[in-house]
Amino acid sequence: MYENKKLGFMFVLPFVLGVLLFKLFPFVMSFALSFTQYDLIDPPQFVGLQNYEELATADPLFRKSLGVTLLFALLAVPLRVGFALLIAHVLNFKLRGINFFRAAFYIPSILGGSIAVAVLWRFVFAKNGLVNLVLMKLGMEPIAWLADEHYSMWTIVLLFTWQFGSAMVIFLAALQNVSVSLYEAAECDGASKAQQFWKITVPLITPVIFFNMIMQMVHAFQEFNGPYMITEGGPLHSTYVLALYIYDQSFRFFNLGYGAALSWVLFALVGGLAAFSFWSSKYWVFYSGEKEQKR
Amino acid sequence: MSRADIRTDAIDAVPAHGAARPPEPLVLGRDRGNPWLRYVALIAVAIVMLYPLLWLVGASFKSNAEIFTSAGFWPDRLDFSAYAKGWKTSTEYTFATYFLNSFLITIPRIIVTVISCVLVAYAFARFEFWGKKLLFSIMIATMMLPLIVLRLPQYLVFREIGWLDSYLPLIVPSAFATDTFFVFMLVQFLRGIPRDMEEAAQIDGCNSLQLLWHIIVPMLKPAIISVIVFQFIWTMNDFMGPLIYLASVEKYPVSLALKMSIGATEEVEWANVIAISVVALIPSVLVFFAAQRHFIEGATSSGVKG
Repeated sequence: MYENKKLGFMFVLPFVLGVLLFKLFPFVMSFALSFTQYDLIDPPQFVGLQNYEELATADPLFRKSLGVTLLFALLAVPLRVGFALLIAHVLNFKLRGINFFRAAFYIPSILGGSIAVAVLWRFVFAKNGLVNLVLMKLGMEPIAWLADEHYSMWTIVLLFTWQFGSAMVIFLAALQNVSVSLYEAAECDGASKAQQFWKITVPLITPVIFFNMIMQMVHAFQEFNGPYMITEGGPLHSTYVLALYIYDQSFRFFNLGYGAALSWVLFALVGGLAAFSFWSSKYWVFYSGEKEQKR
Repeated sequence: MSRADIRTDAIDAVPAHGAARPPEPLVLGRDRGNPWLRYVALIAVAIVMLYPLLWLVGASFKSNAEIFTSAGFWPDRLDFSAYAKGWKTSTEYTFATYFLNSFLITIPRIIVTVISCVLVAYAFARFEFWGKKLLFSIMIATMMLPLIVLRLPQYLVFREIGWLDSYLPLIVPSAFATDTFFVFMLVQFLRGIPRDMEEAAQIDGCNSLQLLWHIIVPMLKPAIISVIVFQFIWTMNDFMGPLIYLASVEKYPVSLALKMSIGATEEVEWANVIAISVVALIPSVLVFFAAQRHFIEGATSSGVKG
């Protein structure tokens, strides 16, 4: 029965339709739109490469936004994945209350995307907010987190990092699959804890590190709620990520063609980085059982 | 880059559910490290993780002045007036309306998501059919496609068919298993379940729909609970979708209403905003704790976005 091809295809049909209707068609359409000028009122007007030309040569805000997005991803992704791995490593021992800690570290990733938490962040990083009150208690100068363009980026980076829980849970599962005998053997040979971590743990879970990095990268490039609510892209566009710029161009200024072009730049960026990661994974990601043939 | 080209083995390497739980966590013989040191580190991190949320609860009872002068949790007085005022809002509707709206989006969406994703996952995990490999690659690829690229054309399509300012654009796509992350999670889970039971049931004369309903769905329960929890919380948290598709205030879900309560007036009664933020988080927190055990297990079986 499992070889029943028609039946299998029938079950998968909703997905096929969904991909065609809600993914592929919009995907092609947004590409087509990016060569037009369209304001929702007059019909779209074909303008060739004009949108791309404009954003490449005549749009300083695009350049700013691109830089902000790259900086955000560059800071936030390694921080989130790094924290997730570190904490998962500490949790990967017989510990009383492990369930409490798992839940405690997981809750921020569950709630973190909500507007309520973005509101919370505005208070936490306000001029006389929670973080500054703590800094002053420690005898440090308060920082104008939300008003100073040098610090504003950190508020959204920290919000992203704070939500490391989901990546941590995936790491935890991977770590628990690493065979204890490997560590025992290493210990007999006198390997230190740090050596064990770098020479056994990390190489064995590279597929999971890779998975987490790719997924978190895709998320980082789409981050919207944080910058929209906490900093509103400011000050001086220091947190004006591409997702925000795309939203503004498309749904506030109704430059739909330009918005489409921008979103294709974002897509090319994410796609390019993902392709590069997959290519580079040949050199640093090891899948058990195929290590030898592949190299 | 051709989306279908993406190698799927990276994701296959993520442990399937059955393999994710060895009986004993790792304990080493000689050097176990200092457990106290480990606890101190974990508790310190836990405080940093949870304190902002706790502070929010405490601050909802404080006066405007106190909110910005005390980092402590305990308010001077226990004053629920901020909740009452926040609940009323500056609009003609109360948060009761906005919560109801949120549920009117969330509940149908969960139902269609579970049905469509279980069917598709069943097909991927248990059937051979033409184009299966390609379709699976496409599924993985769409998990990596930035949704924002699709927003604009989707908006135009829904505008064309007259669905703007209704909940349909927020619900209907999910009926076509477009939340591919869930399909992936369910497939990973099914892969970890041996087929013995199904084979036995087949010999007893079950057809594949009976098999799905009587054998697969009960076994998938923990994973389905994860899907429900995630979809509930993500839909409650969703902001951009309603922001784009909904125009009339009477249809706003909680996320939009909360944003509105900040933007509405110049002199914001911060305590009110904080109180409503607390209330807005309650459903998600309750659902998380109610399902926490299954949920973390289910999430472990695959990848989770946060």
